[in-house]
Amino acid sequence: MESSLFFGLAMIAYILAAAFYLGLFLFKNDKVGLIGMLFAAGGVIVQTIALGMRWHESYQIGAGHAPLTNMYESLVFFAWCTTLFYLGLEYRFKARIMGAFVMPCVAVAMAYASLSARIDDTISPLIPALQSNWLIAHVVTCFIGYGAFAVAGGLGMMYLLKSASRNKQENLSILGSLPELKIIDDLTHKTIIFGFMWLSAGIITGAIWANEAWGTYWSWDPKETWSIITWFVYALTLHARFTRGWQGRRIAWLAIVGFLAVFFTYFGVNFFLSGLHSYGSV
Amino acid sequence: MRKKNGFVSLFASVQLALFLLFILAATSIIGTIIPQNQSHGFYVQQFGEKTAQFFGLLDIADMYNSWWFLSLLGLFALNLIVCSLERIPLVFRILGRDMGMTSPEQLAQMPLKHAYTRLSTVDAAEQEVMQFFRSLGFKAQKVEKDESSLYVAQKGGWSRFGVYVVHCSILIVLLGAVIGSSTIAEKILHNPTFAFKGAMMLPEGQASGHINAFKGGQHIDLDFQLFCKDFTIEYYPNGMPKTYRTEVGIIEEGREVRHAIIEVNKPLTYKGVTFYQSSYQPFQNYLVQIKRAADGLATSSKIGVAREVLWSEAGVRYGIINRENRGEVTRQLKIWFSDGQGKASIFWLQPGQEAKIKRPDATYILKVEQAYATGLQATKDPGVGLVYSGCILMLVGLYVAFFLSHRRLYGSIQATGSECHILLAGDANKNKVGFERKFTERIKRLEQLS
Ligand code: HEM
Repeated sequence: MESSLFFGLAMIAYILAAAFYLGLFLFKNDKVGLIGMLFAAGGVIVQTIALGMRWHESYQIGAGHAPLTNMYESLVFFAWCTTLFYLGLEYRFKARIMGAFVMPCVAVAMAYASLSARIDDTISPLIPALQSNWLIAHVVTCFIGYGAFAVAGGLGMMYLLKSASRNKQENLSILGSLPELKIIDDLTHKTIIFGFMWLSAGIITGAIWANEAWGTYWSWDPKETWSIITWFVYALTLHARFTRGWQGRRIAWLAIVGFLAVFFTYFGVNFFLSGLHSYGSV
Repeated sequence: MRKKNGFVSLFASVQLALFLLFILAATSIIGTIIPQNQSHGFYVQQFGEKTAQFFGLLDIADMYNSWWFLSLLGLFALNLIVCSLERIPLVFRILGRDMGMTSPEQLAQMPLKHAYTRLSTVDAAEQEVMQFFRSLGFKAQKVEKDESSLYVAQKGGWSRFGVYVVHCSILIVLLGAVIGSSTIAEKILHNPTFAFKGAMMLPEGQASGHINAFKGGQHIDLDFQLFCKDFTIEYYPNGMPKTYRTEVGIIEEGREVRHAIIEVNKPLTYKGVTFYQSSYQPFQNYLVQIKRAADGLATSSKIGVAREVLWSEAGVRYGIINRENRGEVTRQLKIWFSDGQGKASIFWLQPGQEAKIKRPDATYILKVEQAYATGLQATKDPGVGLVYSGCILMLVGLYVAFFLSHRRLYGSIQATGSECHILLAGDANKNKVGFERKFTERIKRLEQLS
């Protein structure tokens, strides 16, 4: 499998990107940040090639399907979505320092997928239940949402760090290089809105797929339930903000709690609970 | 202001919505940790007698259908209805407001505005204001006042309804779920055929006109019959299952009215009932079909292992000596075949494949298939259309609510002598930053022009 070589390269690029972004955060050197961004962008490009190759390889071994069907493939796709979303945000809002909070998350996801003994990276054919275009739509929409929520969680952490340091009047430190609190807050909100759209679409496509495959669009299996819990958490966050005027630290905390819910929906359920989706971890 | 009663103000409050969202999220966790739909004995064994009794009280074994969880969902829906109904009139009032009535004081208080003075005729100033509106994609309407002219325009006012489209879509989904619920069909409508979920186990070559409901297990009669012609499993080279396929016929009044293939992810819907491939049952006997190549003389029989069969027309004896199973699914069969001329042919054959048996005088083609029963799930859910429409509506509504906004532009010109005092103002109910950026950008361009 030649694609694994490219996935390996992407992993290294992401790790380097994370390191350079952290370097930017620590040393406030713009060049360091630029290198981080270039590594992240390079990683995305290499990984895009790798995804295409893996897709192609699956056809060559007669198992033809989009590379979105098991734990390894979804982790890798998560890393891809998050980086892509993050780069878009960085380009649009010119806040490169955010990478220090997002890219480590991507690097860990990618490294875990590639190196953990628990994650099988062989291409295997699809059992009948997974042979559906709705599955592709489901995974893609969910993971765009998850990517956005990962970024929102990173922004939340950034907000808390910065506001904590402000209280202590030590803004001269490295945290001074972070964007204004108001800007972080606004970005967090926008990112959550974006993620919420896609999570809603992800839950809906998942329900349609379940209805095609099992005759029930909603069966309260643990994965479904956790996805709706996540959805409730973000609905709560959004309403607290635009009807009760919550801002700042509270929203930052909710962005983090929301991401923990995402994390559990995605990982915790596969490892700790059982249900319809557990074959997804095979 | 009209005085609200306690009920309305409680259910119109967003605090209650936040509280309910939190409680729904928190309690939903319970059912993902405590296994659902197990027997009472299971809970006693896992959690002890006392706890199991407590669970029974709260319907923990089926918590998502429990009285308290459904009540929470009911309260949530009520909250949503009352809250939205209370606010929708407000939207109409905002949209119905005549922008031409905006007073100079109100204009002066707009968050986004730009005032300047020009040495020009009123006509030239008007041209400029109109041009400004157009550059932002608005068409200005002129309102003559006593001493000044007011120019107004608005866009996207309807987007204020986006929120309510989302809220309404949630109610539609919930309504669809209620209509499609087999419990409601049975307990409230007393008509279990209105909505149900059940299963049928159908051996190859047999037909059935009823299903067994999952809940309660009673028979539900269909007004047609399903006939199973064939069930097959295909495998990938590595042994993983690739396809489970049932070939069925639908029979009405003794005639086949439709032929169809049901696979996983490819259900069959007929008269509102949808059939899904959900399981299968392999039998330990086999359908053997033999044909003599030269003249097409053929026979078939259904036999188990270690039984010898005589095909007298051809003077042939055959049987299955042995088999190799994986679970209950047969992977290979050892066939014994003799037509009395020389040694008998003995060979392994996979189910579903043809073997060519070359005998001294003739050639035979032999095929063996394992007999199966196919397990179909049958569902009738008259609410699913509503659920899907609600889902689509929700996505549309979310887009409108999040990404579109109601934008208003105002301009006023006041002439004193040869000078014109011009005021440009605007507001947006959402995405204010984006609107502000565009507004100031156009203002800058305006200034550059002069
Ligand atoms: C999980 C279910 C819910 C979803 C997905 C949802 C969705 C939304 C959305 C997308 C908005 C528009 C946000 C914006 O203007 O940017 C909104 C606003 C709002 N929602 Fe909900 N909502 C839900 C439940 C509720 C409930 C139960 C209530 C009951 C009180 C409620 C009350 C409101 C109010 C008062 C607004 C503000 C409307 C305004 O702008 O005037 N929501 N909701």
